[in-house]
Amino acid sequence: MQWETVIGLEVHVQLATLTKIFSGASTAFGASPNTQACAIDLAMPGTLPVANEQAFRYAIMFGLAIDAEISKNSVFERKNYFYPDLPKGYQTTQLDNPIVGAGTMDIQLPNGETKAIRIHHAHLEEDAGKSLHEDFHGMSGIDLNRAGTPLIEIVSEPDMRNADEAVAFAKKLHSLVTSLGICDGEMSQGSMRFDVNISVRPAGQEALGTRTETKNLNSFRFMERAIALEVERQIDLIEDGGSVRQETRLYDAEKHQSRSMRSKEEANDYRYFPCPDLLPVILDDDYIAAIKETLPELPAARTARYQSQYALSAYDADALSSDTVQARYFETVADQCGDPKLAANWIMGELSAALNSAELKLKDSPISAGDLAGLIARITDGSISGKIAKQVFEAMWKGDGNADSIIESQGLKQVSDTGALEAMVDEVIANSPKQLENYRTADADKRPKMMGYFVGQIMKASKGQANPKAVNEILLQKLNDLL
Amino acid sequence: MNDTVALHDMTLAELSQGLRDKQFSSVELTNHFLTRIGKMDAQFNSFITVTREQALVQAQAADDRLAAGNAPALCGIPLAHKDIFCTKGVKTSCASKMLDNFLPPYDATVIDNFQNSGAVMLGKTNMDEFAMGSSNENSFYGPVKNPWAEDSVPGGSSGGSAAAVSARLSPAATATDTGGSIRQPAALCGVTGLKPSYGRVSRWGMIAYASSLDQGGPITRTAEDAAIMLNVMASYDDKDSTCINKDVPDYTSTLNDSIEGLKIGIPKEYFGEGLDSATGAAVEAAIKQYEQQGASISEISLPRTELSVPAYYVIAPAEASANLSRFDGVRYGYRCKDPADLQDLYKRSRGEGFGDEVKRRILVGAYALSAGYYDAYYNKAQQVRRLVKQDYDEAFKSVDIILGPTTPSPAFKFGAKTTDPVAMYLEDIYTISANLAGLPGISLPCGLVDGKPVGLQLISNAFTEARLLNVAHQFQQHTDHHLQPPAASVSA
Repeated sequence: MQWETVIGLEVHVQLATLTKIFSGASTAFGASPNTQACAIDLAMPGTLPVANEQAFRYAIMFGLAIDAEISKNSVFERKNYFYPDLPKGYQTTQLDNPIVGAGTMDIQLPNGETKAIRIHHAHLEEDAGKSLHEDFHGMSGIDLNRAGTPLIEIVSEPDMRNADEAVAFAKKLHSLVTSLGICDGEMSQGSMRFDVNISVRPAGQEALGTRTETKNLNSFRFMERAIALEVERQIDLIEDGGSVRQETRLYDAEKHQSRSMRSKEEANDYRYFPCPDLLPVILDDDYIAAIKETLPELPAARTARYQSQYALSAYDADALSSDTVQARYFETVADQCGDPKLAANWIMGELSAALNSAELKLKDSPISAGDLAGLIARITDGSISGKIAKQVFEAMWKGDGNADSIIESQGLKQVSDTGALEAMVDEVIANSPKQLENYRTADADKRPKMMGYFVGQIMKASKGQANPKAVNEILLQKLNDLL
Repeated sequence: MNDTVALHDMTLAELSQGLRDKQFSSVELTNHFLTRIGKMDAQFNSFITVTREQALVQAQAADDRLAAGNAPALCGIPLAHKDIFCTKGVKTSCASKMLDNFLPPYDATVIDNFQNSGAVMLGKTNMDEFAMGSSNENSFYGPVKNPWAEDSVPGGSSGGSAAAVSARLSPAATATDTGGSIRQPAALCGVTGLKPSYGRVSRWGMIAYASSLDQGGPITRTAEDAAIMLNVMASYDDKDSTCINKDVPDYTSTLNDSIEGLKIGIPKEYFGEGLDSATGAAVEAAIKQYEQQGASISEISLPRTELSVPAYYVIAPAEASANLSRFDGVRYGYRCKDPADLQDLYKRSRGEGFGDEVKRRILVGAYALSAGYYDAYYNKAQQVRRLVKQDYDEAFKSVDIILGPTTPSPAFKFGAKTTDPVAMYLEDIYTISANLAGLPGISLPCGLVDGKPVGLQLISNAFTEARLLNVAHQFQQHTDHHLQPPAASVSA
């Protein structure tokens, strides 16, 4: 039987506020356990929450970016359950009146088409702390530094039909929230975490199958693999005559296995009710309009601009515009060197490869955008060839200086001087009597290919510094003269 | 020193003047009350903690400040605080085994305000555990005795504060009121108790029972003293999102305004079945008194009075069920011995740390919020709450003050209602609706029945405490019920 997969995502996005959603404690990542948890975060008796306005502004920015309705009367609720990393015994979240209502986000399919993924809503809530089950000799450690970090939980409709679409949606979200500057996007630090709802149904069937929820995936690759695993598990189950149980599952990326965490029957009754310590947040149109004014350029608009302003292909434009840091880098290089296409190629090629193998982020690149532009400018003005440029790039990467100083000190400037090139060509021809004879006796249509040998020798003799275009012209002239 | 009136019989206003006139020092005054507490409180059990050394240090500092001049009204005056207000470094137990070992690292805003005004803290007063109760029989530290009749309850939950002020162990005390916990014990102990409007006094550092209803306020001997206390307790606090940013007037400045032409409404529902006839008669006499002072009296209706008790006993426990989840044995407070695993840690820490009434309300609240019951209980109760508010809004279109009894009868005997929670809950029938509507209410002594005090309750519109205190003060200017001390306070 043909099966169709149906996927919906719930995405937890940590907001890049300096302080927590209901307290003044810092949200910075990586501090010693429990050093960034104040009395409120610890749920000490008598403490009270005060909402962080910046968290609201960030949530509203997200809502505006996906063309969603912003709730002008949003309410916090208490979601009650006991867990040691949830100090109050309830999570303060939103249920009936989330700050962001329904919206949509487009993803690009491999066939070049665009698909709209509907977003059901996004709500503000506080993160829990962390339970550390290792290193405590049979006990668990609790780190409450993360407790109270503001999150938006973005809930999609079940609009995705395979892992590729789900990953494309996740990447688009990542691109959007980082471009907005509302999330640092550091997946390895848990800044974005994905819960994936998956079901399968016979192709053509309208009714949805029973879904499972795989929780807390924090990389695109794990998400892709977890979806593949779960789809296969569900299809095998059904084809073997069984049925899928509605449950929450955990994916173990190391073992590439998943296991059931709890079934629907075991699910908590969270006993939601409006939090009496926090009043409803009432917003007016002016407030929302003022935030709209501050929205930066969004990735989709940037992609379109790169195509028109820089004449980039749709693929290049999309690839370069998704990440704000990269987009800013690209624009600097393109504007300074004057050749956007070459800038795009160098960033997505040489630079990206070097960063990957060094496991560096673009923001930590040893080569600044200005320096890369300087290198590309030397290619376009004919000072160096593309090949020499790679050599210069390597030297720049090692910190030997900028392009001009390296070209100067290592004597890499391309030779375009006709007299010097003619001398080199003459010498190579004189030293290659056999190849010259072959050339002369060959059919005319074979000759261009045979010219490659002479070009190679000349480039070698010039240590790559001969201007290939000029060499070609001079060589062709001289060989033809010898026919 | 004043030869005719003992220090412990003086009001805050008199003590404040005495300190300024150097009739006595704060250290002398503080020692006087510490000595009384030491001698007499074994009999009443109104204090959980007495902070003798800290009090004397504060008193000395207050004397220095007084000597320098320009000290605030309460500077140097000893006070007692309900053990629900967090006090930095001083045990704050909420009268629960759960917090018997809890030393807060911070002060409640109310405590901060008193510190800034130079007041001296004598100690922390007994109460019903987590403010749940109307008799003070639910304390981990044992019941408080009513200074007027030692076989009777002082009321609750602020029974310790009311008894301490009544027995002259403290000139005044802080308290909290969620459904009547200031006014009912004030009535039963023959003292004055003010519950301010919701949002008038910061809840920061006040351990939550039911967040949408809890409100701190003073228990004093006179309405004038209540005004002096509220001047310090009321403040805008950006640490409490439900605290209202509204100017705090000088509540003492309008105490002597005329009440000529004041319109007093008498809700007929407060004088029906369930009201003890002698209590009713004492309240009737108070109405006559107001009439003589120029007020006009009319009957009004608060038709949802009866519904306010069941609505309260859904909303308050629902909020409490979540508010008390933090007491889990993980970070502070009571933890059971040798927990086998996480579930065992939770179950036994909470099972052993909470008393019966607290457990009952957590269970009731969790039930009312459960899937399938939420609409029938919690939502319905919230609808009733809105209707109760509408009743008041309607009433205040025609009257300035609503007057009635604070409780259906005077103090009852220990054990009389402990086996019947509903009978105990009905103790709050006249006080609960002011909490549901967020309104200020005050209880004043208005007579004795069989030697036990009767409370007169006045309720006014939100944030009209100045008028409420003025109306209460004018009654006390023409009556002396509030000046009567219980015999037990004199014997020492």
